[in-house]
Amino acid sequence: MFFEIAFRRQLGEREIALDFQSDARLTALTGPSGVGKTTTLNCIAGLVRPQSGRIAVANYVLFDSEKGIDLPPEQRRAGYVFQDGRLFPHLKVAANLAYGEKFAPPADRWITSAEVTEFLGISHLLNRWPATLSGGEMRRVAIGRALLAAPRFLLLDEPLSSLDAARAEDLQRLIERIRDELAIPILLVSHSRAEVERLAGQVVTMG
Amino acid sequence: MSGWLTPAEWTVILLSLKVSLVAVAVTLPLAYALAWLLARRRFPGRLLLDALVHLPLVLPPVVTGWLLLLAFGRAGPLGSWLYEQFGVTLVFRWTGAALAAAVMALPLMVRAMRLSIEAVDRRLIEASRTLGASPWRAFLTITLPLSAPGVAAGMMLGFARSLGEFGATITFASNIAGETRTLPLAIYTGLQLPGAEAQVARLALISVVLSVGALILSEILVRRSAGSRAHVL
Repeated sequence: MFFEIAFRRQLGEREIALDFQSDARLTALTGPSGVGKTTTLNCIAGLVRPQSGRIAVANYVLFDSEKGIDLPPEQRRAGYVFQDGRLFPHLKVAANLAYGEKFAPPADRWITSAEVTEFLGISHLLNRWPATLSGGEMRRVAIGRALLAAPRFLLLDEPLSSLDAARAEDLQRLIERIRDELAIPILLVSHSRAEVERLAGQVVTMG
Repeated sequence: MSGWLTPAEWTVILLSLKVSLVAVAVTLPLAYALAWLLARRRFPGRLLLDALVHLPLVLPPVVTGWLLLLAFGRAGPLGSWLYEQFGVTLVFRWTGAALAAAVMALPLMVRAMRLSIEAVDRRLIEASRTLGASPWRAFLTITLPLSAPGVAAGMMLGFARSLGEFGATITFASNIAGETRTLPLAIYTGLQLPGAEAQVARLALISVVLSVGALILSEILVRRSAGSRAHVL
């Protein structure tokens, strides 16, 4: 099983609860704004701690409140592509890409930086500062940075939002290629029905 | 330049530089640690620590000097311990002047560094953690470089404050030529003497040059290291 997610998380007055399993290569998480989709990704990545539950990805337990398991983010090996990119502003694109690579044990790396830059078409950006990138370029660099950290799964938070139609189409093809050519489970947050229908093998609707 | 200033004036200037540089260098790690604690951690006694750090900023410097004398004087708890353990005396020594300058510079350094640490987006730290960085590595690779402009600003402010330190120094370390007579103390001493107007003017000019120089130097350093829009001024 790729994703086994069951947790409860209290956010002020509101409770976010989710329980699903998925064996699809790409699972989509949808639902109205504010329903807790990003919080779910944060719980899986280890940035937010659920009150209770069990989270396992590819048969590897990341969190289990009953057994007292709660791996820190750096041990979960999530390739988390944030909606806001979060490229490090003091590092050029090349250094951003290499950032996670140096923390990954060499034996776990499954893609090289040359392959990533080729695959994502970002070799011409390597010497640029993040502040000079367009939205689409920033997303691709963020995806590349996540892939190079030797992740065991990908979390994509609305990767196509606020891109123009042509850029969104490019990136959508790219996600299809990651899904089909790289053997890595993907959890994608989206509220575009067309995007979800095109990309996802299984859809989980929240709220 | 050496003909323009007397040897005694050179002694004053070099002593001032030594005292200020040592004060800033010694305070730097402590100031950054305090700034980080106050910016990033919530713990019992945080408000008290914040107030203590700011104390030298709001107290009359003479009172700070007197408190240092109580603590670090030969009979004081810290002073007698330092003397017995290491044979170190601070009172009436240039090291005492450096301690007084350091204590007075600390709040300014902490404030500048704290602001720059608070300005580092926590979401970038989260991103570095998901990419495999331990909390310590995330600090070294993200927080530290991104707060560097604040560190430079804090050092510049601390250096300028140390150069200008008067009240705590004269109270704690006294006004001994060649040992604790820094620029402000030398200017003050010159004002007490008839016929020293030219010397006072020269030393005052040197003070201005050093302070403005520190300001400009830190601005250049920050612009270079941050490579962009960051600045101190």
